[in-house]
Amino acid sequence: MPFIPHTEEELQEMLEAIGVERIEGLFDEIPSSLRSASLEGLAPGMGEMALTRLMRTRASRDEQPACFIGAGAYDHHVPAAVWELTTRGEFYSAYTPYQAEASQGTLQVIYEFQTMMSELTGLYAANASLYDGATALAEAVLMAVRANRKVKSKRVLMPRTVHPRYREVVRTIVANQGIELIEAPLDDTVGRIDPEALGRFEDEPLAAVVIPQPNFFGALEEVDRLTDWAHGLNALAIAVCNPVALALLTPPGEWGSNGADIACGEGQPLGIPLASGGPYFGFMTTRKDLVRQLPGRIVGRTVDADGRTGYTLTLQAREQHIRRSKATSNICTNQGLMVTAATIHLALLGTEGLSRVAAACHEHTRELVHKLTAIEGVERLFDGPFFHEVPLRIPAPADEVLPRLAAEGVLGGLDLSTEFPEWGPALLVCATETRTSEEIDRFAAALSEALHGSGRRAHG
Amino acid sequence: MLIYEISRKGRRAFAQAPAAAPSSDSLPRRFRRQRPPQLPEVSELETVRHYTRLSQKNFGIDTNFYPLGSCTMKYNPRGANRAAMLPQFLERHPLAPEETGQGVMACIHELQGELAELTGMRAVSLSVMAGAQGEFAGVAMIRAYHDARGDTGREEILVPDAAHGTNPATATMCGYKVREIPTGADGDVDMEAFKAAVGPQTAGIMLTNPSTVGVFERRIEEIAATVHEAGGLLYYDGANLNAILGKARPGDMGFDVIHLNLHKTFSTPHGGGGPGAGAVGVNERLLPYLPVPRVAEEAGRYRWLTEADCPETIGRLCTFNGNTGILLRAYAYLRMLGREGATRVAEYSTLNANYLMTRLREAGFTVAYPQRRASHEFIVSLKGEAKELGANVMDFAKRLLDLGYHAPTTYFPTLVPEALLIEPTETESKRELDGFVEAMVRIREEAREDIDSLKGAPYRLPVRRLDDVKAARELNLRWEA
Repeated sequence: MPFIPHTEEELQEMLEAIGVERIEGLFDEIPSSLRSASLEGLAPGMGEMALTRLMRTRASRDEQPACFIGAGAYDHHVPAAVWELTTRGEFYSAYTPYQAEASQGTLQVIYEFQTMMSELTGLYAANASLYDGATALAEAVLMAVRANRKVKSKRVLMPRTVHPRYREVVRTIVANQGIELIEAPLDDTVGRIDPEALGRFEDEPLAAVVIPQPNFFGALEEVDRLTDWAHGLNALAIAVCNPVALALLTPPGEWGSNGADIACGEGQPLGIPLASGGPYFGFMTTRKDLVRQLPGRIVGRTVDADGRTGYTLTLQAREQHIRRSKATSNICTNQGLMVTAATIHLALLGTEGLSRVAAACHEHTRELVHKLTAIEGVERLFDGPFFHEVPLRIPAPADEVLPRLAAEGVLGGLDLSTEFPEWGPALLVCATETRTSEEIDRFAAALSEALHGSGRRAHG
Repeated sequence: MLIYEISRKGRRAFAQAPAAAPSSDSLPRRFRRQRPPQLPEVSELETVRHYTRLSQKNFGIDTNFYPLGSCTMKYNPRGANRAAMLPQFLERHPLAPEETGQGVMACIHELQGELAELTGMRAVSLSVMAGAQGEFAGVAMIRAYHDARGDTGREEILVPDAAHGTNPATATMCGYKVREIPTGADGDVDMEAFKAAVGPQTAGIMLTNPSTVGVFERRIEEIAATVHEAGGLLYYDGANLNAILGKARPGDMGFDVIHLNLHKTFSTPHGGGGPGAGAVGVNERLLPYLPVPRVAEEAGRYRWLTEADCPETIGRLCTFNGNTGILLRAYAYLRMLGREGATRVAEYSTLNANYLMTRLREAGFTVAYPQRRASHEFIVSLKGEAKELGANVMDFAKRLLDLGYHAPTTYFPTLVPEALLIEPTETESKRELDGFVEAMVRIREEAREDIDSLKGAPYRLPVRRLDDVKAARELNLRWEA
């Protein structure tokens, strides 16, 4: 029997010990009206060999061309050691470290992870992860409303430059708690929030202001001014960041005069495979004085009975298994294994390595933009500084162009026209450190061909 | 030793970063950080050795019997892991066109159908990323249902006192008040108290069946009828589905919405605290509200259903498509089990629990509900041992670690004093179960002989008992040079 070790003899001994004749007798408390018929809808079982064949066939349908899509998930190189180590059974098959003495491996990994996230974001306290970037932002919004003692408001400013999917998820999660998400517009010459245009949001109290960096369009927000503006209204500033970008960009903890209060974001760029969207992990950090409002698991350093250093889950009185209906969140299981991978990934890259990755992504995207905008009719949608991702206007509908690029082995970016029809046909493109110059040239050639036919590239 | 303490300035794993450092001068200075983040500077070997050694400080299913009640710590088949980590699955971008994802979407679509069949529900969405998020989706759907009917006066969710903490926490997140229902002396819901609590203010009830006290809720049909009569809905917490897989289905019991923990029943890894993956299933009544996205099949082609297809959905709960890689593992596991294997899961997990309960009772331990069958788990109360020998649940738990057994769930559910919630799962052999009984008996002997020594356990682990009070009072959440 697959995965079940019992021999017939053992089965009989066990039944005899219990005092029933057949296993079926153990289900005699289930009313007969509820007993299931056979599971006709399920296929018969298969061995690992047949399964492997099936899954290889399925996987072979999912070959992917060179990926120039970012939009919240990025095709970075993941060192071989990351997943070789992460899938060791001692990490892979452990659970939440409730028994600290038997979980020092996982607990120390989380403590190291907390340190790394604290360094990247410039805020003291990190939790042990949330589900993904979007749910991390939702939890940050809930936390800010809870934590803001100066402004008893449930209004949160959510700019349109935040990832549209994040905005949707936040809406789903906070909707039933009476929290009002106020949409702030963007300046569509530069693709970022216009700090000058925020005056009209000053009349009613705001609990928090969400500030993405870089924003969904890859544009760099005026984070210092926005943070100070939020604090001037006694609102908390919530940063949404790409952790790879933070190798180069000012960390949220240093934004404006006093720093953002909460930072969160998608952890996928730190060693997590794209994998059609998950599992990834969300991260969250905050100032020391707000740590008791953080949702999720937190690991602290302490000592054992002999005075030796050890690690343990701490501040558990915030959590659902202790506080039940008054907990800071309902989160229980988080994305532990992904955090293990991210910690190993960051250890392998180190400060210099992560900076190089970030810089290479940015340079590759600049090269891409340079080559694509040389094609007639292709231009940047926005002026202004960007990091690692750029929206481009194209002179033909994106849903016609993208399949033609795919036929040439290029995933040519995200079609923005579904979400932002007011700008006409546009692609959000990104080239990480893994995209080669040859692939970038292939993209440019394919786009030129798709738009203008062969050899009709204008000034490239 | 922390990875930071191994770090030496200027050392790095050279194979792991782009060779040259391109200039980042194109970024305006006002956006650039002034001080680089302090990350470890270590070689590849140092990294590999450090994390290999750390892993060795963990108990996992792969190393130890791990009878953590309500967590279903069963073997996670390596074949499922390898299948999910095929390169084409790993490399696919979540926003890549559906044409390049027909393989993974076929798996997800089939898993949706198989889980609906196993639970007796009309449809399943796999976009929720853990049990607690599945609970959230479930209660949010109950709310959406009442709201759509203009039935807005329902403010309460009923939750048994033995429920997981996530249940009441979820009800609060959905804007409901929580009303607790006591558990009767036989382990079932106290029907009198339950009936008194149900009324026009009841939005729904959250139940786990088999329950968290390790028994099958025998009057579930009556409970369902009562709640439905009052206009409320029933939410099924699937934490314990393992015990009845293929034997009884929540849909047939009258539940309107369910969540499943794929990392429990469907054997995806627990990963030191996740990732999990939740499935949510609904009956016809709640179908319009299912979270998006989910996969539909039309003429042999798979596509994602989104808000455009499901205008009444409660919405989206994840940035992309849920914990896809975990779904692939669950799919692979279920394909290997097949219909016979699925039923065997319930049979042998229930067999193991009842055998272990019988042996522990014979050995003189007190079982919380001796007149009942165990589901796939059961509770031992160490109240007697605590009173007579001074050895409480924590002492037994810590000493079990010394003897090579991960402790069962401790002090939960709270309504049973000195509770150990024990779930052996179907993948453990009789030899392991017998060994666990011997360990429990030995610990009781040790308590009689030298209680102070027992209170000092564990002795054989990387650390002894940790000072939790110090951890909370003198917060140290990150390393500082």
